[in-house]
This record gives sequence, C-alpha cells and structure tokens, in this order.
Amino acid sequence: MAAFEPVLTKGIGELDLADIDVYKQHGGFSALEKALKEMTPEAIVGEVSASNLRGRGGAGFPTGKKWSFLPKDGRPRYLVCNCDEAEPGTFKDHMLLRLTPFAIIEGLIISAYAINASHVVMYIRGEFLEGYRIFKRALAAASAAGYLGKDIMGSGFTMELILHRGAGAYICGEETAMLESIEGKRGEPRLKPPFPANAGLYGMPTVVNNVETLCCVPHIINRGAGWFSAIGPPKCPGPKIISVSGNVANPGNYEIPMGISARELLEEYAGGLLPGRRLKAIQPGGGSSAAIFEEDLNVGIDFDSLAAKKTMLGSGGFVVMDDRTCLVRASQTLVRFFEHESCGQCTPCREGGQWVARMVGRLEAGEGSVNDLRVLGVINNTITGTNLCPLGDSIMPFLSSVLRRFPEEFAAHVQQAGCPFQKAPEFSAA
Amino acid sequence: MTPERERRGAQLVAKYPNAQSALIPFLQACQEEDGYVSGDAIRDAAELTGITPAEVESIASFYSLLFKEPVGKHVIQVCRTLSCMLRGADELRDHARMRLGLANGETSADGRFTYEEVECLAACDRAPCLQHNLEFHYDVTPEDFDRQLERWRAEEPAVTMPAE
Ligand SMILES: Cc1cc2nc3c(=O)[nH]c(=O)nc-3n(C[C@H](O)[C@H](O)[C@H](O)COP(=O)(O)O)c2cc1C
Ligand code: SF4
Ligand code: FES
Repeated sequence: MAAFEPVLTKGIGELDLADIDVYKQHGGFSALEKALKEMTPEAIVGEVSASNLRGRGGAGFPTGKKWSFLPKDGRPRYLVCNCDEAEPGTFKDHMLLRLTPFAIIEGLIISAYAINASHVVMYIRGEFLEGYRIFKRALAAASAAGYLGKDIMGSGFTMELILHRGAGAYICGEETAMLESIEGKRGEPRLKPPFPANAGLYGMPTVVNNVETLCCVPHIINRGAGWFSAIGPPKCPGPKIISVSGNVANPGNYEIPMGISARELLEEYAGGLLPGRRLKAIQPGGGSSAAIFEEDLNVGIDFDSLAAKKTMLGSGGFVVMDDRTCLVRASQTLVRFFEHESCGQCTPCREGGQWVARMVGRLEAGEGSVNDLRVLGVINNTITGTNLCPLGDSIMPFLSSVLRRFPEEFAAHVQQAGCPFQKAPEFSAA
Repeated sequence: MTPERERRGAQLVAKYPNAQSALIPFLQACQEEDGYVSGDAIRDAAELTGITPAEVESIASFYSLLFKEPVGKHVIQVCRTLSCMLRGADELRDHARMRLGLANGETSADGRFTYEEVECLAACDRAPCLQHNLEFHYDVTPEDFDRQLERWRAEEPAVTMPAE
C-alpha cells in the first residue's frame, strides 16, 4: 500500500479524541486560533476555494464556491452541519461524530467565521443517540474552553450553536428537507430556486455542509490550499473517507488519497474478498449509485473518474458483493429502501418506486414474467430525471446497471419461477 | 399541560429563533415520558407552537422515530438494508421474528416488546446490526440475539426512547 498519512482519521482508534485535552495535545484548535487571529473571513474562503475541496455529502459541489454565493445584504446567516448520514452503506460521519467530535466543532467554528454566520445548527440523525450524547458533552467542553459563544478567542466573532436531533427520515439528509425539518415541519424537499444561499433556514442566507467537508477545513487552514490540492486529482483532491462494507475481508472506514483505484481500495485497504470468492458487483457511492464490475476495477475513486463511468462517488459508501449475491434480491432491498423513504411529493418517485418495488419483489418470489423484465429494462427513462430532488433519481441506477450486466440472472428468476440462489447458493457469477 | 412539561417546552422554544422549531424536540420529550406521542402530547405541542393539532399530527406522522401508537418497553429495530443483508440480516430477521413471535411493526400482547425492521443504521461494517431502545448492537448472530433477549426479558427499562 502506498504510504498515505491519514489526515481526517489520524489518531482515531489510538487516542481518546473525544477528550478536549487529548485533542488539543495533538494539534486540535490550532487551526481555529490561526484562522481567528491571523486570517480574515475572505482569506479563509479564498483558501478553501483554492484547495478545490468538494462537498463530501454526496453531490461534490465545490465548497468555496458554495460559500461565496451568499448575498452580501446584511441579513443574519446560518450554517447547518449535515450529520443525518443515512445513505445505505455509508458510516463515516457516524464515526467522526463519535470518535472525533472536536474536529467537527473546530471545522464548524472556522467555517462559520469564514461565512460570517453567527448561527449554527448541528443536525444529528435521530438514531445516533450515543453520538448525540458524545457531541453534546464535547460542546459543553468547547464552550467552557471559550471556543463558542461571545467574542471567541478575543476575535470579536460571536457564534451560537444549536444542537438538533432528527426523528427518523432519510430524506431529511437532503439539504432543503433538512431546513424544513429544523423549522419543525415535515421533511419535504423544497422547490429550487430559491436556493438556500438566498432563502434558507427561516428564509435567511444559509449554507449546508456535510460533517466530513467541515472536518477538512481546519487542515486546509493549517497546511494550506496547495498541500490539499496536491493530494489526488487536481479537480477533486484531498483525503477521503470511504466506508467499505459487504463481502470483504475487513469492512471498515478507510481514509484514502482521492483517486486511487477501486482495486487498490478493495485489495490493499479492505483485505480483498473472502477466500475462494469472486467479485460480482460493487456500489461505489452508496445505495443511490450504479454498480461497477470486475472489468471496472481500475477506475479512480474520485468524483470525476466515477462520473465518467456513469456512476458516482456520492457519499463514499463502497458496498462489495461477491458471487453468492443474488442481484435481484440486492435490487429489491435497495428499491424498497427508496420506496420507503420517498416523501411522496412527486408522482414518478412515489408511484414509480412502489411499482418497481412490486415488480422486483414478484421476480424474487418467482412470480415475475418476461414482460416484467422488459418493463424493468426501459422504465429508467420514466422515473429518472423527472423528480424534485435526487431521491427519485436514485431508485433505478443500481437495478438498471446490474440488469444490463447480468440479464441472465434476472431471466433465470422467471425461467425457474424462483430465486436460483435460494436453491443453489453456489450459482456462478459468470 | 403539566407544569413539568410546560417548563421543558419553554426551554425548547427558547433555544430556537422560531417556536415551531421546538415541535419535534418537544414531541421527543413527551414520548420519553408517555412511551409514544399521545393525544395529550399532540394538544400540548399545538398549544406550545401555535399550530393546530391536525398539523402536529401530520408532521409527527412523517418521522419514523415518533410513535403514533403505544409501543413496547423494549423496541428492537433490526437493520434490513443491503450491507447487513450481505452479512446475514435475513437470518437475523427470521430468527428475531421467530423468537419474539412478532411480525414487522408488531407489539407483543403483554406490551413489553416491539419489533421493527429498519433501514441502514450507518453501522454497516459491523453487520448485521440492530438497535435496542436506540442502543447499538453489532455483529449480531442468532446466538447473540438469544443471549440479549434473555437479558431484555429480565429487565424493565425506565425509558424506551430517550429524548436526549
Ligand atoms: C435523499 C438525499 C439524502 C441526503 N443525505 C445526506 C446526508 O445524510 N448527509 C449529507 O451530508 N448530505 C446528504 N445529502 C446531500 C445534501 O443535500 C447536501 O448536498 C449536502 O449536505 C451538502 O454538503 P456538502 O456540500 O458539504 O457535501 C442528501 C441528498 C439527498 C438528495
Ligand atoms: S423525488 Fe421523491 S423524495 Fe424527492 S421530493 Fe420528490 S417524492 Fe420527495
Ligand atoms: S446496511 Fe445495516 S447498518 Fe448499513
């Protein structure tokens, strides 16, 4: 394995970074001090823009650019930290929350200072009760140390942080749904425009950033944009945490330099497949992403390389399926997820999701027809690209990709009137 | 509204720039006390935030961790999404259903256990996993489940769904 010194996960697993003294002994809050004492907000936005940091929440939008969209009209500004992580196969923010909460706090304060947001909301997924408690304790410690509240470190910058717990809904991870949810409403995505930069939380200019995005900021301040942009592809550089799960020897979070190959990630970091197994499919960017296959393993793990393969880096959930996996069953699980999580506002997402879920369910139960196969092959065009938010466009990519690559496996479910894997688990991937 | 609830509600409203933002945290607090989002909680929440009880109900119904019906003292939520499925979630699900004698979403007749199948819990590297009253259990084998279940049967948790 090429030696890459972890940045975001440094010390995790060895040090108790949820202890503020330990965090400080290992360089914690030095970036905050530098930012507040030596840098203007404009200089920080400039540095983050120059680093080419792109958002780690899924869409990969350039962070510096997002920050510079805020109108300069004197209205109060909000920064929202998105810790609602619920994309199937993704568990990096959950780890950062529990194991290095001060890194999130430091990133939040610097970012709030940079965009001059005196109000910050930390939105934590409802299921992360343990993480919520850890973060709450960390906040109290940071507050006692003078990092939050009025005139932080004598800089004149004042910032209040509201800790908000979600109550169970994947869609609240979508940024405008999250704003609705914080306002105490149903978490239904808003029609854009207006964009949150102009009319966000309580109608005010708002930036929503992912946990991992914010964790990159202190390192950019300490080591400079040039250091960051030199890690991996220049257009989407930096360290990136990939959550590897499924049929691999060592599932876990791995911090990689952006751009290493899928093969290196799988074999060098995650220990490869289990003995005697063959690779069948990988979802490289969470449940919403189209699959890649054995022949694609040289693809770089970064936003642009995966987009060129008609899939995405998304949230960085890398789910590995070996030759024992029934791809009809896997598709059924994912389609049901999106069906279940649809907020119901758009017809293609709501009705289409239910329809496809029923069809795939029929196939897996051995009650599918040749006509179902035909419809599944073309329905992508009706469902994808016709919805208000990207959830509706997430229903089909995985299913369409595996149906195209393994049509015979889908056909076998019709011909044998049942799932071949339940009768013969050793069914070959070839 | 009980004085205690009024106090908690006022605290929550003070935390936000807008009263309605306190709605979900307030319902979480009520649920911690009552075990679910009761009719009283809906009326109290409406009073606190200045919206109608029907609006409160519609908002509450959007969120899967706000229970509209009484649930058991023990809420067991088994993850059913892909990464867990690839590592034995189907077996764990069948086993849990059989041991508890419950289907997805059911509560036992004695009101002690509720069983649910839920979506990815962001713990996919330690699959299959479940939550018991929002506490994580990782790499759960059927044998682990049985050992835990014995413990759960013997204890009476003070709170099922903690608000904080
Ligand atoms: C259905 C859906 C779910 C999402 N869930 C999350 C999430 O859990 N965490 C997250 O950071 N972004 C999530 N996003 C992306 C957010 O809308 C938003 O792009 C992101 O938080 C912006 O932060 P970033 O620019 O730092 O990546 C989701 C988007 C959609 C459409
Ligand atoms: S695409 Fe689906 S989840 Fe998104 S707004 Fe429309 S119905 Fe809701
Ligand atoms: S799939 Fe079960 S925790 Fe992610």
